[in-house]
Amino acid sequence: MWKWLHPYAKPERSYQLASTLLPWFAISSIILLVVGAVWGLAFAPNELYQKEYYRIIYIHVPAATLSMSVYMAMATAVLVSMVWQLKLADAAAAAMAPIGATLTTIALITGAIWGAPSWGTSWVWDARLTSYLILLFLYLGVIALHNAFDDKALASRAAGILTLVGVVNIPIIKYSVEWWNTLHQTATISKFEAPSMSPELLWPLLINILAFALMIGALTLVRFRNEVLARNAMRPWVQALAMKEGAH
Amino acid sequence: MSSVLLRANQLTCIRDDRILFDQLSFDLSPGSLLQIEGANGTGKTSLLRILAGLTLPYEGDVQYNALPIMQCRDDYYQDLTFIGHLAGVKGELSTLENLSFNLAIQGDRTANIEQAIEQVSLTGFEEASASHLSAGQNRRIALARLWQSTSKIWILDEPFTAIDKAGVAKLESLFLEHIQNGGAIIFTSHQELQIAQQHLTRINLEQHD
Amino acid sequence: MTAPTHLTYRQLFFSVMNRDLKVAIHNKGDILNPIIFLIIVITLFPLGIGPETNLLTRIAPGIIWVAALLSALLSLERLFKNDYIDGSLEQMLLSPQPLFIMVLAKVTAHWLLTGLPIIIIAPLLALMLHMESLAYPALMLTLAIGTPVLSLIGAIGVALTVGLKKGGVLLSLLILPLYIPLLIFSTAAIEAAALNMPYDGHIAIISALLVGAITLSPFAISAALRVSTN
Repeated sequence: MWKWLHPYAKPERSYQLASTLLPWFAISSIILLVVGAVWGLAFAPNELYQKEYYRIIYIHVPAATLSMSVYMAMATAVLVSMVWQLKLADAAAAAMAPIGATLTTIALITGAIWGAPSWGTSWVWDARLTSYLILLFLYLGVIALHNAFDDKALASRAAGILTLVGVVNIPIIKYSVEWWNTLHQTATISKFEAPSMSPELLWPLLINILAFALMIGALTLVRFRNEVLARNAMRPWVQALAMKEGAH
Repeated sequence: MSSVLLRANQLTCIRDDRILFDQLSFDLSPGSLLQIEGANGTGKTSLLRILAGLTLPYEGDVQYNALPIMQCRDDYYQDLTFIGHLAGVKGELSTLENLSFNLAIQGDRTANIEQAIEQVSLTGFEEASASHLSAGQNRRIALARLWQSTSKIWILDEPFTAIDKAGVAKLESLFLEHIQNGGAIIFTSHQELQIAQQHLTRINLEQHD
Repeated sequence: MTAPTHLTYRQLFFSVMNRDLKVAIHNKGDILNPIIFLIIVITLFPLGIGPETNLLTRIAPGIIWVAALLSALLSLERLFKNDYIDGSLEQMLLSPQPLFIMVLAKVTAHWLLTGLPIIIIAPLLALMLHMESLAYPALMLTLAIGTPVLSLIGAIGVALTVGLKKGGVLLSLLILPLYIPLLIFSTAAIEAAALNMPYDGHIAIISALLVGAITLSPFAISAALRVSTN
């Protein structure tokens, strides 16, 4: 049933697929980012208590929630690499780490900016924020481990072990607001219940989340292509590609 | 039921962006004495480490009893003795302690350690701390395992380094005895061996890149 | 030649552990330095913060635990480094015996040499920091359960970095985030004890961390060792 996937185990095929998909992700993400930004900043109505500054939600929430998704995607890539011995998955995991780290940093900074007026403090050591900070350190550790080894294949194996060890942090972050009394609020959007947010504020948020997701996809594809080229530099198809590009 | 002990399957090794060897394949049967040759830096040590399962090749795999060694590690290591550049000897411990530990974790624990020590001319040094012994003596502690080894496959990286002529002769006769009993040895060496050429097969890595 | 006999898991565990202990006796500096470091760090706090008793009492649990963490980090380097350099690590990876057991034995030896001394001098440290006397049992309990976790999780980091030249700096970045949950729950337990409040919940959680670490970390450590000796 999965036979159609098999050709994509070859780096060259996946590289071509990434190149084909990239414009779609890039253009759709730019469009949605613009729509989401305009809607969120200009058209969504004021919130009752927070007036205008709640609008940072349109950056903070997508960045925060997707940073965790990126970590899970990275962990999945590591698992695929280990179970099916697929070096290509290593390239994907290496591609995603800096993107996830940047998203986490954005979420932390926007969260601190938001916290100052709304909570009265820009930082508090509650369960949610502390476990989320640990996520940033995990990302930085994975990136550092990737850079510490000269051999990229070896680096990915080492970083993969750290990634899997750190996966336990994700459910802790997710459920920290339910298991402990935290300053950070509980989840607004859930799978089975109606969201506790009004639709005029909710729709731009969902669009921004989708926009960020597409943007992450585009950035990952760019970095993935780079990683594939770097890890396969010896191959004739890469050298042919370099010749072709060099000729322009 | 094949009589091939170890099979190297299209092994490719890349180090520092240089292809050391490409698509290297060969079989190791019982009774083989295989010498890997090549100038320094051509990947002899890398090949030996790949065959021992310590290093992963860029491509290809190694098979023991028709199974990739990554899937049957325990069985393969039961049947393998690998001695590389590092002696695996702790300076703080004595010759006897080092040798008995190395044999024990290899599953070759026997009561005949004295005999092994005698074979490498270290009698009298049993209680000496390995840090008080010379580099050559440390290597002999590492090699002493071979006289008690029950593994069929021996992979030895420059076993003759820092060994004197008498020691080399003893080792060579041990090699002959081992392959005559159905074992197999893969080794590298910078020295010319006295072993009759009919027993020896060679692979030169410079012809495989 | 008598027939070779295999080691049972128990024999394997104790022979690896005893070997490490024997080697350590010859390297007493490796053991004493982290403990001396711990005592010096704890001494520095009253000197730096001021000897006001109330303040020290309030932050004593945190100081002791952070210092223990840093001391553990200092002592972890020796877990695999020397074996890596002289080739014994390689031979252990080539053994048909389970690496899981050998790794667990090495970490146990490490804990006996570094974690156990911390637990033993903890009452002295608590005294120096004027810790609330109600909290002493909680301190001992959290250290008893927590120091093995420090050794086990730290071993993962060391195994990942043992082959690297600048591994020591990277080690802190890798391990300290993983230590944070243990730190938080242990100090919370001690603080609850100081207020005469129940702290079994906290102990339950760090016990769960210990059990999880004993069962799962040897796999991660073994995988990391195979990567590092590549």
